[in-house]
Amino acid sequence: MEYFIQQLINGVTLGSIYGLIAIGYTMVYGIIGMINFAHGDIFMVGAFIALITLLAVTAMGITFLPVALLIVLIISMLMTSVWGWGVERLAYRPLRGSFRLAPLITAIGMSIVLQNFVQVVQGARVKPLPPQITGGITIMEKDGFLVQLSYMQILIIVTTVLLMAGFTLLINKTSLGRAQRACEQDQKMASLLGVNVDRTISLTFVMGAALASVAGVMFLLYYGVIDFYIGFLAGVKAFTAAVLGGIGSLPGAMLGGLLIGLIETFWSGYFSVEYKDVAAFSILAIVLIFMPSGLLGKPEVEKV
Amino acid sequence: MSDFLQTRVGAALKDAALAAVITLLLASIMVGLRTKTEQGGLVIVGQWGLVAWMVGVVFVGRLAMSLLIWRGNNPVANAMNAMLPKQDTVSKIGKLVGPLLLLFAVTLPFYGNRYVIDMGILVLTYIMLGWGLNIVVGLAGLLDLGYVAFYAVGAYSYALFAQYFDLSFWVCLPLAGILAAFWGMILGFPVLRLRGDYLAIVTLAFGEIIRVVLLNWYEFTGGPDGISRIPRPSFFGLEFTRKNGFADFFGLDYSSMHRIIFLFYLILILALITNFVTMRLRKLPIGRAWEALREDEIACRSLGINTTNTKLTAFALGAMFGGFAGAFFATRQGFISPESFTFMESAIILAIVVLGGLGSQLGVVIASLVMIGGFEVFRDLEDLRMLVFGLLMVGIMIWKPRGIVSSRAPSVFLKEKKSVSGDLVAEGEG
Repeated sequence: MEYFIQQLINGVTLGSIYGLIAIGYTMVYGIIGMINFAHGDIFMVGAFIALITLLAVTAMGITFLPVALLIVLIISMLMTSVWGWGVERLAYRPLRGSFRLAPLITAIGMSIVLQNFVQVVQGARVKPLPPQITGGITIMEKDGFLVQLSYMQILIIVTTVLLMAGFTLLINKTSLGRAQRACEQDQKMASLLGVNVDRTISLTFVMGAALASVAGVMFLLYYGVIDFYIGFLAGVKAFTAAVLGGIGSLPGAMLGGLLIGLIETFWSGYFSVEYKDVAAFSILAIVLIFMPSGLLGKPEVEKV
Repeated sequence: MSDFLQTRVGAALKDAALAAVITLLLASIMVGLRTKTEQGGLVIVGQWGLVAWMVGVVFVGRLAMSLLIWRGNNPVANAMNAMLPKQDTVSKIGKLVGPLLLLFAVTLPFYGNRYVIDMGILVLTYIMLGWGLNIVVGLAGLLDLGYVAFYAVGAYSYALFAQYFDLSFWVCLPLAGILAAFWGMILGFPVLRLRGDYLAIVTLAFGEIIRVVLLNWYEFTGGPDGISRIPRPSFFGLEFTRKNGFADFFGLDYSSMHRIIFLFYLILILALITNFVTMRLRKLPIGRAWEALREDEIACRSLGINTTNTKLTAFALGAMFGGFAGAFFATRQGFISPESFTFMESAIILAIVVLGGLGSQLGVVIASLVMIGGFEVFRDLEDLRMLVFGLLMVGIMIWKPRGIVSSRAPSVFLKEKKSVSGDLVAEGEG
């Protein structure tokens, strides 16, 4: 039981990170129907910007951790947003209205470009960072087995919940969110009604990138080691999460992220670490066979 | 000042300055500060010279592009457009390109050195894989992101059969194809009713599953160590050895080039078989059903085409050719490990198919030559070459979103064969 609870906590933490990345996939898919393969690498760029900023901030003498982390978070979100915007502007906007596979290929191309760009300018070696937030609360103890909830895990879960709440408000209540939902339903009609479609799509990428950068900061602080290749696997998992939850659905992305995180940790905890990816992907395939539009996705209506 | 900004040069300058500012912003942290591992942890060092270079290149490049190429009413772009051949000339040249390339490929071993032939083998392997995937993506319109899985199945089937049962390459080649096709059917059967991108992610997942299993089933597949000493193919029973082999039988002097030239022709023939089968299948009812399916699935269903079976045949056939190519890869390398079958390979093969122009056999050849050949030419650039590769992918796609060869030759026609521009045909959702 104690082991179970510990795995549950770890799973929710990992799931939160996946969920934050998955939102970027699901929003972009919802609005322009394309798999943004470079999104995982935007997450990686976010983690790198966070690492560099943290080192710079420490070098400047700001050692009070909450302030330093806040600066890191803000700078990382801002700069990663610019990267997200840049990728959209450079590789996807020229292909708007083109056929379906063209932006997919440029997305794969951008993914290769980002990975290798970071490798060239920052070096291929892994970047270790000593733990910044240590300690935790012991929830229960039995026969010498401690169930620990570390402060880092609390930070990740709380940040995710806050961001999700803010994000849901943004989509449901603001004019930007309304514009986004309008573009999602019918781009042509939305533009006739005075919505700036190009701008809305750009902002979607910006928001996705900002959330991914938060995931990047959390990943950096939680695991303490990053390299230029972390984006690929995290991206694939997050995309799996988005599809599992029903692509295009925001709560679905979060739910899918949590599920993938839980499946992975429980599988590694109870069965084998090596096959955790196989478990996550198999569950995806099984869910899709029985529920072809994911858990919370709307079934597609075929028009003739 | 505002008058100046209205002029062409002024607007271009403003645009270029904006691009330069954005580059500066993008590069400021990622490039300007480099993390370095030193004693006691990471430190950062500035590399602002590189940032200045990048900003300068973007400014000048953007200025040149917007002054010389992008605007419609400008002398240079007009002159360039006039120089480009007209559409009919292109299709006339297009008819010649195929046979010429074939002639080039057949005669290559007579004048190429070892390096060129090795590169030819590599390019031909990708051409074969591209043609195989073209059946799935180009003809049937099913987006497959895990094609490399079948390549892996083919390679490992041969390697494992050779290791455990001591079977020869020629026995294993058909077996590898059959096994890959079988896996294609096993995977395809449950997932082929999924639409478009769901299919894409499941195939991606399948590709990763195969790789992870190969990596972790240590007792059977050797895990990350892979399988080495895979036997080489023989020429009708003649081994390419120093004694009593191919060279002795034909009374030639022994040379290690014999095997390489043999491998070159072997992959050339395999690739041509792939092409021949695909071209023939396009004319059969099943091939027409694939193409109809790509254009409109609902129309197909209402005309009584069994969409599941049609998709399944495309999937299995594509997988089979992937399996053949895999067996060839195993015998050529003599060593395989899961490292060779990553998602990146799938992405490169898919990129070759899409960049070449979906459904175009010639396009695959040209795209393979450009991408793989270009990739090898830039070997000296080390880290930069993947970067160049990615930029090339993005660049070609933006320049020609329909691929290099974007016209479609109809498989059925009345009186006269007219090729259709790719822009005019819809794309199936898969």
